[in-house]
Amino acid sequence: MKIPILQLKNLLLTSIQVELTDRDAIDFQYDVVHKVAETGAEGLVIDITAMDVVDSFIARALNETARMARLVGAEVVICGMQPTVALTLVEMGRELIDVESALNLDHGFEKAQRLISAKKRMPG
Amino acid sequence: MDKKRIEIKNEADIVLARQAGRKMAQSLGFGPADQTRLATAISELTRNVIQYAQQGIFEICDQSNRKAIIIRVMVEDFGPGIADLDKAMEYGFSTSQSLGVGLPAAKKLVHKFSIKSKPGHTKVTMVMTRKRV
Ligand SMILES: Nc1ncnc2c1ncn2[C@@H]1O[C@H](COP(=O)(O)OP(=O)(O)O)[C@@H](O)[C@H]1O
Ligand SMILES: [Mg+2]
Repeated sequence: MKIPILQLKNLLLTSIQVELTDRDAIDFQYDVVHKVAETGAEGLVIDITAMDVVDSFIARALNETARMARLVGAEVVICGMQPTVALTLVEMGRELIDVESALNLDHGFEKAQRLISAKKRMPG
Repeated sequence: MDKKRIEIKNEADIVLARQAGRKMAQSLGFGPADQTRLATAISELTRNVIQYAQQGIFEICDQSNRKAIIIRVMVEDFGPGIADLDKAMEYGFSTSQSLGVGLPAAKKLVHKFSIKSKPGHTKVTMVMTRKRV
């Protein structure tokens, strides 16, 4: 199951609509990193509205994807996490998701742009 | 008394098992937060089955009585077993370089959690309950 990655100006947008298997997660990481490198996108917004379970495996896959995307130059924001998923993740333990997050797509876009500007202002 | 059994053989079965958990919790009147807690705990345990024992069994049943609504989940495998159970239940302990959060998190998410393991057999039982109103 290939997850589409769309480009909108300086950002990439992707929405995870399916249940991720290990294979999907690895393919997705690979696709995202390539797309960031290929397009020179400055930001990546990952919409997870459709995910009704985020277990520790999926949390780790999201963290790794974000880390890889950052290494090739994109700021990453996750958006649309369902409230019960957020609650469950907090109950599971400390900081399972290690990625910037936003309420919805709109806020996700804004946050990504803010992170990008902040990065540009940073010396070096 | 409602009961469902799923053989856990591949990743798709993880999804089936957690969906069965959510569905039963929903049909017995548990709220969305409990549905997600149970589905997530099931996801962790059945993933362990695939990861460490290749295959196993998931069972969920409605054991409600006059006083309470009770869901019991059993996840069992005949794989290598867990060498050090106390360690395995510690947050962050993993023999596979993953997060090591599955077992302790599952325990926190449900109302009762018990685990037994010896070489050749691992069995986890979880219970979610709700008082009848
Ligand atoms: N069904 C199982 N069979 C054998 N070993 C298991 C099983 N479930 C868990 N374990 C062991 O317990 C450890 C902790 O499990 P868990 O908390 O789910 O974290 P993780 O899977 O991320 O390592 C695993 O690394 C593994 O060594
Ligand atoms: Mg695990």
